[in-house]
Amino acid sequence: MNRLNKLFATKNKNLLSIYFTAGYPALNTTVDIAEALEKSGADFLEIGFPYSDPVADGPTIQHSSEVALENGMSLKVLFKELAELRKRVSIPVLLMGYFNPIAQYGIGRFCKSAAEAGVDGIIVPDLPLFEYENMYSPYFIDSGLSNIFLVTPQTSEERIRKIDELSNSFIYLLSSSTITGYNLQLSDSIEEYYKRITAMQLKNPTIIGFGITDSSSFAKACNYANGAIIGSRFVKLLGEDGYMDKIEGFVKGIRP
Amino acid sequence: MKYGVNEHGYYGDFGGAYIPEMLYPNVEELKQQYLNIINDEGFKAEFDDLLKNYVGRPSPLYHAKRYSEKYGANIYFKREDLNHTGSHKINNAIGQILLAKRLGKKRIIAETGAGQHGVATATVCALMGIECVVYMGEIDMARQAPNVSRMKMLGATVVPATSGSKTLKDATNEALRDWIGNPVDTHYIIGSVVGPYPYPDMVARFQSIISEETKKQLLENTGSELPQYVLACVGGGSNAMGMFYHFMDDESVKLVAVEAAGKGVSSGESAATTALGKEGVLHGSRTILMQTEDGQVVEPYSISAGLDYPGIGPQHAHLFKTSRARYVSITDDEALQAGLLCSQLEGIIPAIETAHALAQLEKMTFEPNDNVVICISGRGDKDLDTYIKYFGY
Repeated sequence: MNRLNKLFATKNKNLLSIYFTAGYPALNTTVDIAEALEKSGADFLEIGFPYSDPVADGPTIQHSSEVALENGMSLKVLFKELAELRKRVSIPVLLMGYFNPIAQYGIGRFCKSAAEAGVDGIIVPDLPLFEYENMYSPYFIDSGLSNIFLVTPQTSEERIRKIDELSNSFIYLLSSSTITGYNLQLSDSIEEYYKRITAMQLKNPTIIGFGITDSSSFAKACNYANGAIIGSRFVKLLGEDGYMDKIEGFVKGIRP
Repeated sequence: MKYGVNEHGYYGDFGGAYIPEMLYPNVEELKQQYLNIINDEGFKAEFDDLLKNYVGRPSPLYHAKRYSEKYGANIYFKREDLNHTGSHKINNAIGQILLAKRLGKKRIIAETGAGQHGVATATVCALMGIECVVYMGEIDMARQAPNVSRMKMLGATVVPATSGSKTLKDATNEALRDWIGNPVDTHYIIGSVVGPYPYPDMVARFQSIISEETKKQLLENTGSELPQYVLACVGGGSNAMGMFYHFMDDESVKLVAVEAAGKGVSSGESAATTALGKEGVLHGSRTILMQTEDGQVVEPYSISAGLDYPGIGPQHAHLFKTSRARYVSITDDEALQAGLLCSQLEGIIPAIETAHALAQLEKMTFEPNDNVVICISGRGDKDLDTYIKYFGY
């Protein structure tokens, strides 16, 4: 049972996760930011590693990725920074990024390095179900890492069942078919989609992401899932002067 | 087909559909339907009719006599440059717009580098009365301004891609992002044999008309439908795949794919993907791409905007790895010289992309009876500025 499973076993409502891009705005800030987020009350974290061609991301996370790459961030550098992680951070941590950097690092080596750093799960948006199940799942399982799948309003029930079967921590529900960084408009069709998911009584908890920006959209999302993830809005904050001192206020502003 | 795609979308180690879940329903819909649609008799009749009466097919197979004398073999030009809109790109655009109509799509998006695929897409959208949005790198828009105007005149909206390196790969990223946000009513017309399965196979099938016609024309001209050599240039690789398609299973036919070496393979300014790339994932398929050791995509360089792409289609990666086709590269200078030679020996000003394939002839030796087919993938009108600057005309 990894930290994620323990978290979901003890708390299943209003969970707050925060995403940020490693290497943005500067190198050697990853563990500092993670620690500040834990102290401010975040329940778990997603640390992004940058890629030159992030097709699922909007302008904010694209920009953070470009800056991080210019700063010299890579998986090698990230794992060096994460050597400090478990000395200072106890909440669950996921890594999120695209498949090609992982493939070049070596997928087996990547899973091993992540597990050694105390990472609990991985989100790879462009690693599809078929390829995961048939080629790569043993690496994740052997390292004790959860692989997190995304579900959108267009995902079929049959496919959601399959995802539920292959998941062992939580399922990442996208608020709509969108790239990151757009505001959530809670329309009737989105409500219907969340209700459809709830009615499926999945074995895994669900967390809503993409389009959550403030306390109100966070609270709405939590009506339909076990929690929600904030990404672009937090990455924007990291672009401001004196961002370290603003983290606590940001997190408490989302979930008073 | 020995070198064709399997049921999961793979060519040997390459291909697949490495896409975010947001694109899965779009791609799955295509995967489920594309073969039924394009094998349907009604579809075939409409496709053939448009290729004949709108595009102007079959394109001639021209016996280039002065080239044949110069290189000591029977050199044939497959004249895709004579197609409506000036290149082979229209074959695929026609096929995909008919497919999009049958899928009930109301809006078309496309990416373009030099603008040839953008123009072909804007053209077929005008023909069918469907809304068209073309993504083009901001830098390419400045380099290829006349094609931007052509697309606008045809009624398309041209959106500058301002992310990353602001060229073709970023235009492709932007088109994919658009498709994520518009999953139901929009079809994405990819312009090359790249992208997630089924695109590489679908685009290859639409372009395979090139080799289908060539076989018949060779039989009439030479008494045999098989040549000794087939040459084509490769960026993503759509004209080459169309030119190779019906020859792939005949191992006696030597296939030569010509990449752009830019200022030289080792110069740091090159687009010679098989020479410089490694296996990885780009734009939804496992293929060979130019990348750093950390897996970041490297921006390629070629004087030819149509070959300026950091990857190749997965089927090309397979033909390369199995050595079924030989992959070579030609520099900017060699290509421009070949473009001038073709203009003055045959009265045909080729696209600079095509000139790369022509330049390869200088490096080959033939038997006098060899039949050699080169795909003249496009005409050089769009490249006049570049030629003029280089040669000072």
